[in-house]
This record gives sequence, structure tokens and C-alpha cells, in this order.
Amino acid sequence: MAKRELDTRFSKFGTVSFTATTKVNDFIDHLEDGRVTGTRCAGCGTRFFPPRSDCFKCLDSEMEWFDVSGTGKLVTYSRLQYAPVGFEGDLPYCIALLDYGDYKVFGRIADSVAAEDIQVGMAMKTVVNRLENGQLNYVFEKAE
Amino acid sequence: MGKVAIIGVGQSPFVRQYPGSIRELAFEAFKDAMVDARLTTEQIDASVVCSAPEYDKQRSPAGVFAEYLGLNPQPTFYVETLCSSSSTGLRLAYSLVASGLHDVVAVLGFQKMSEISSSESQERMGRGADIQWESPFGTMMPAYYAMYAQAHMATYGTSPDDLALIRVKAATYGQINELAVYRKPVTFDMFTDPESRMTGPVASPLRVGDCCANADGSSCVIVASEEKARAWCDKPVWILGLGAATASVNLAGRDLFTGLAVAKEAARQAYGMAGVGPADIDVAEVHDCFTIAELMAYENLGFAQPGEGPELIRSKATYKEGEIPVNVDGGLLSKGHPIGATGGSQIRTIVLQLRGEAGDMQVRDPAIGLVHNIGGVGLYGNVTILGR
Ligand SMILES: [Zn+2]
Repeated sequence: MAKRELDTRFSKFGTVSFTATTKVNDFIDHLEDGRVTGTRCAGCGTRFFPPRSDCFKCLDSEMEWFDVSGTGKLVTYSRLQYAPVGFEGDLPYCIALLDYGDYKVFGRIADSVAAEDIQVGMAMKTVVNRLENGQLNYVFEKAE
Repeated sequence: MGKVAIIGVGQSPFVRQYPGSIRELAFEAFKDAMVDARLTTEQIDASVVCSAPEYDKQRSPAGVFAEYLGLNPQPTFYVETLCSSSSTGLRLAYSLVASGLHDVVAVLGFQKMSEISSSESQERMGRGADIQWESPFGTMMPAYYAMYAQAHMATYGTSPDDLALIRVKAATYGQINELAVYRKPVTFDMFTDPESRMTGPVASPLRVGDCCANADGSSCVIVASEEKARAWCDKPVWILGLGAATASVNLAGRDLFTGLAVAKEAARQAYGMAGVGPADIDVAEVHDCFTIAELMAYENLGFAQPGEGPELIRSKATYKEGEIPVNVDGGLLSKGHPIGATGGSQIRTIVLQLRGEAGDMQVRDPAIGLVHNIGGVGLYGNVTILGR
């Protein structure tokens, strides 16, 4: 009997992924298509980012995808000049948090944004990014 | 429900590299606490062992320690809330004693961080956050706290100089704490010297001087029922209030970035249970894994209003002679931060202060003390209030 193949799409997320399999593996397909997506509970309408497969409010597990779109406000950030194991090649890089109102997005600021241009409160947008090692993540760019 | 007391405290020296195994490290703090409490092992009814996992090859250290410390056949339990593991251990010991299940419980915290390299340790600690959605971006503890520092600076105009003052205070007391790993003086000028190790970059706006050092160490706190405490102990220190809280592991699930919501909530619970307020606290130990963490603690514990924490350090109100002395044992910044041992070490400092046995670090006649111990980046918050 053929062994059923494990769906390990999530191992493509980020420089180093620590999770191979999740019920929201479709998130990776969306990144491949240039979309950053969250989930909305079909039961109560709550929007979640990062996407979840289960709603803790109504205990419903029926979810719909939505696109992270428009701009968010930069809540805070930090520029790393020392990295954990596996991330040394990315240095220096900025991790950051954007507030979209209904939800927040944690990620990196695009390398193309100059350090002196980064200001807490500035408007930014979230875009898909392919890393040099072929992995996928998303980054924040200045909104025009 | 009867009162619950602390009748013995102990700590190993916190060192860069402990020249022994984890059971031997645990023995050092245990012996110190047992001598302090003048107890023999058969008087201990149960033990609680606290550390952050994944540093040791040994799985389930509690059972191993019970044998090595002579605590068979009494029961033992392992608890873990990252850097606040031993405060959680104290909470568990309190409930075991208050429920009447046990009379005397030993809380043992330990960590031998030198088992792995510093960058491996950063990676382990980073995975104390959201490994599915955040770790793939290359996160680590200093960077998370740096994000809080950045938000505090952007909101309130706090400066890197304010953070430097916190490190200078820590070093003032670290120099006189024989158990601290970092005992060299640190001056404010070092933070304006680009050649100084203190200004080495880590994660903006935090620099090397803003970060505590990894260390190996152990701590032990012996908790007893009111009956045993009165019978066996001349200077019992009473557990007056306990608070514990949790928050979203992912920063995206949080609303506050200029402070830690878990600290505010744990403080509210502990003050309520003890029936006291911030103005009643005579001496405090706060979780200064980074300088910004101490600054936020001032505000989250109510020692200062939101945004006014920097004024406390600028005016030296948190020095030993000040209005509210904080971390007059050098704090994590000087003592070092052996994760599982840290909470027990903070509790030990306050117990010694309340007994009037803190030596050169003694604050004048304190009656009520507070311990603030955080796990992860505000993932777990614990506040404990102790009194004579
Ligand atoms: Zn729902």
C-alpha cells in the first residue's frame, strides 16, 4: 500500500521554517500567487492574521481566506545586527509590526527601505518576497 | 485558608560556565536553602523543579534531582513558563501548601545555559515566541524587547541614555553582589564611547549594554504552612499576594507595545490579593532581562505613570536610598539570567531584604517587597508580594 504523502508546504515559509504542516498550508500557495492572506471565520466574521484554521470565539472551524490589502501603520520595529542560528546570512534586517485596524501583521521591512526612512506611524504595505534560498515570506514597503 | 510562608532561600553563584552537571548545580542552591531553613530532607514533603526545556540532554530533571537531593520517595513536579518558571513554581507550591495537601515544599529553579552556544541559545529563546509565524523572520529575544523600546521611545520620547542609566544602576549593585556573574563597574560614559563593548550593536535601539548575560545557576525557595513556619522559623516571610497572567504569543495579537499587559494584569491581581498598592512597596525585584524591561516594569507596576518611568531612573528614585529601590542586587543585568533559576533568585533577594539580612545591599527597614518575573516577551507575567 502506498504511503500517503505528507503535505509539508509550510516548510517554504521564511528563511528557516520551524513548521512543515498546518491546516492553513494554502497560505503558501497564495504567497506563490503573490497574495498575502488571512482567514475570516464563516460563523462570526472575525478576521485573523496570522491565518487560523479555528475560531476561538465561536469554536467554528469553517474559514474563508481574505487578502491583506491596503496599508497599515508601522507600530514598531527593530534592526537586527546579530542573528539567531540560520539567519546570519540575512543580516542586517528589520523585523516590524503593521497595524491594519482589524488585525496586525508581523514581518520584515523590505531591504529596499533605507534605515533613515523608517518612522513609527508611517504607512506601509505588505508584499510577497522570494528569498535567495528559494523560500517565501512577505515584507513591508513604503506606501506611496 | 491558612497563611503560607517562605522559611528558607538559597542560590548558587551565577557563573558563565558551571563546572559540573545540572544535578550538582541544583544541589548548591538546595543546600544553601536547607542550611538557611535549618531543615533535614525528610521535613520536605514535595519538590517543584523549574527550568526552560531544551538546554539539557536530561529529560524530566525533577525525578533526577529528587534522588540526588535525598527527596525520595516524596513527590516532585516539573513546571515551565520560560524565564518565569520558578515564580510559577512558587505559585504551585503556595497552592499545594494552602490546600493542605503538603506542609513544606521546596521550589528548585535551575538552568545550565552553557550547555549550548550563545547563538544557539538565542535561537532556543527565540522559539519561546511564535515559531509558526514569527521565528521564520529571524526573531530573537533582544529584538522583541527592542520593538517595545522603539515603541516607548516613539510614544514618550524615552532615549537610549535613559536605558543606559538603568544599566549603570544595575552595575552599581552587581559589583557588591558576590553571586553575580557581571561584577565590573559600568559608567554612563561607556555608552557614549563607540569603542566600548557597551555600545556594540545587537537589535536597535538596544545595544550590548542593554542586555543581560546568559549564566548557569540555581535557586531554591522553601515554602511552608503557617503552623510549620511558626514552629520552625524565627523570621518567616509571608506570601501576601500572587498574580499571574498570559498574553498572545504573537505580537500581532497584542494591543500594548509601550508596556507588558501581563505585568499590569499580574500586578493588579497581586495588589488585590495582598490588599496593598504600589506606594506600599518598600523594595522590588523586577525582570530586567533588558534595560527597557525594567523601565516598563516601573510603569506596569504603578511605581510611575505610563511614560514617566524614565523620570524614576533619572532622579535615582530606584537606587537603594531612593523612594522605591529596585534591583539593588544588580538585577538580571548584573547577576545574569539562568532562566529557570531567575525567579527564585529574585524571591531570595526580597526575603533577605525583609529579614534585614541583605548586607551591603540592605534597604532601610522594608516591610513589604515585590517580585516581578516575566516569561518570554511578556508571554507570561508573574507578580509576587511578600511581607514580614
Ligand atoms: Zn468565529
